Amino acid sequence: MKPRVALWTPLSAFVLILAACGKQGTGARSGSASAAVTNELVGTIRIDGSSTVLPISEAVAEEFQKQHPKVQVTVGKSGTSGGFKKFAQGEVEIVGASRPIRETEDEACRKNGVEYIEIPVAYDAIAVVVNPQNTWCDYLTVAELRKVWEPAAEGKIVSWDQVRPGFPKERLTLFGAGTESGTFDYFTAAVVGKEKESRGDYNPSEDDNILVQGVSRTKGALGYFGLAYYENNKDKLKLIGIDNGNGPVKPSRETVIDGTYQPLSRPLFIYVSVKALERPEVAAFVKFYIQNAGKLSEEVGYIALPEKVYTLAMERFEKRIKGSAFGAHGSQVGVKLEDLYRIEEAVQ
Amino acid sequence: MIRIESRPEWRRREHRREQLFQLVGAAIVLFALTTLTVLLVKIFLDGYTRLSPEFLSNFPSRRPDEAGIKAALVGSFYLLLLTAALAIPIGVGAAIYLEEFAKRNWFTRLVEINITNLAGVPSIIYGLLGLQVFVRTLSMDRSLLAGACTMALLALPVIITAAREGLRTVPNSLRYGSLALGATQWQTVRYTVLPVALPAILTGIILSLSRVVGETAPLLVIGAVVYISKLPDGLCSPFTVLPVQIYDWTTRPQKAFQENAAAGIIVLLMLLLAMNAAAIYLRNRYQKRLAL
Repeated sequence: MKPRVALWTPLSAFVLILAACGKQGTGARSGSASAAVTNELVGTIRIDGSSTVLPISEAVAEEFQKQHPKVQVTVGKSGTSGGFKKFAQGEVEIVGASRPIRETEDEACRKNGVEYIEIPVAYDAIAVVVNPQNTWCDYLTVAELRKVWEPAAEGKIVSWDQVRPGFPKERLTLFGAGTESGTFDYFTAAVVGKEKESRGDYNPSEDDNILVQGVSRTKGALGYFGLAYYENNKDKLKLIGIDNGNGPVKPSRETVIDGTYQPLSRPLFIYVSVKALERPEVAAFVKFYIQNAGKLSEEVGYIALPEKVYTLAMERFEKRIKGSAFGAHGSQVGVKLEDLYRIEEAVQ
Repeated sequence: MIRIESRPEWRRREHRREQLFQLVGAAIVLFALTTLTVLLVKIFLDGYTRLSPEFLSNFPSRRPDEAGIKAALVGSFYLLLLTAALAIPIGVGAAIYLEEFAKRNWFTRLVEINITNLAGVPSIIYGLLGLQVFVRTLSMDRSLLAGACTMALLALPVIITAAREGLRTVPNSLRYGSLALGATQWQTVRYTVLPVALPAILTGIILSLSRVVGETAPLLVIGAVVYISKLPDGLCSPFTVLPVQIYDWTTRPQKAFQENAAAGIIVLLMLLLAMNAAAIYLRNRYQKRLAL
């Protein structure tokens, strides 16, 4: 008899635990109801998505929890695409995205009854860099970038003299974002013209520090990644300008805000589940996010949006305007956020 | 004359071969040790300035000098305990059944082949399985429990294989002796076979659990979070672990976060070292007890 008891005790405990986990959502809600008396927010807010947006969400969560210590905010790192998958399944309340939502992702949300509000939180610039020993290249035109990165270049454009006449016969080694990242989606859309269209024979990495190392150790290297990684490794890299028809422009706070560093400046977003906003702690968190996104995004190495855009975003949030201002078409290039959100509001 | 002289010549040649082999062997060991030392020294130089009581007791932060590994360290510890609680009884039980009780037929052979194969499956596959089965179908959510179940699956093949190897080293004469004295098969296993096999089983368990402590990919897939500022307060809590925290810090642009990552690695190494030391201690203790 004895061994049987020993066997069944842990098994039944296990089943009980399973049942408890399934009810987690309701448990959190009843908790917030009882705390409403003291006006203190409680509950768990789950964020996932882009690794680019993660430092901003982390900073906001850190500050928010100082004011509301009973709210638990967790931030995961599944990449923009992975984050949207979890968001559509209702596994997270908020997803960080380094590009606007895509049609397929929008459909997945709709199928599961997940409605969302899109909120821009900061600007990021994609820096194009070469090795410091590269003396010949100070800027590239968008057409030249396309020539290097389009799928047709695979195996053909292998030397710098093919990029522009006058460049030396130096082997061209390419470093870029991994295919799961929003940075890859945005860069391909901006340079090649279509999301995810890229040559395959380059060195991809989800970890931008690996790309930094690669470019800094290879004389004929050309790479792209977030501007913050250039700013923290200025001694190992050479930043080049991008000529979009109006002369070469290097990425900086000024050129991103005045819109001249195109097409490689991009807005970063969070997407918030409308249903989750019924919970007071989620609504309070998102409001706090919009209010502090500017200051905190600068602190972690990004560029704050113009104050007007945060005001527009707050209006969108308070009126609960659903859907994407980008029509759920994924990455779009050269759009000024202010214009976009203002037009949308005029229509409504 | 020729025969007498040829023998030392043959001997000398063999001797030279032996010396060459020793030299190559020593070179390989030296290479491995040098690489390891360089890595360890670099990690230590990068990270030791960040090691402080605050580093162990702070939650993650956007400010690298305020960031700590409390959540990750405690998360790793809980995950380890829970994984052990799930994987050890099932794994050792399966091994005992397969070695001591099961008839050898096509079915047990099929099970054996599958277990051996499973030991070689990349860990991220276990992560994908865990995401679908534990997180979604069994709706455990992105919890400590889902993580432990996934890790238990990952550890099981190694535990079963090691435990079976351990059981096989027990000489049959001991089993026959016990049975001849009138003990049942259960009593034979419980009081004769298991104590003898225990050191080998323990070593297998601790080695596979060490692998669990260092695993990153499957936990990222099932949704271990990167930022969390509360300790897990139950089996259903969200969690993070040391390797996930270290991985996140290494991908940040700021140098100071790289130092945090190095410090995190030092702590992780200490933890692994402690676990392996425990394995050796337990093995020696049980071996001595047996000799008496």
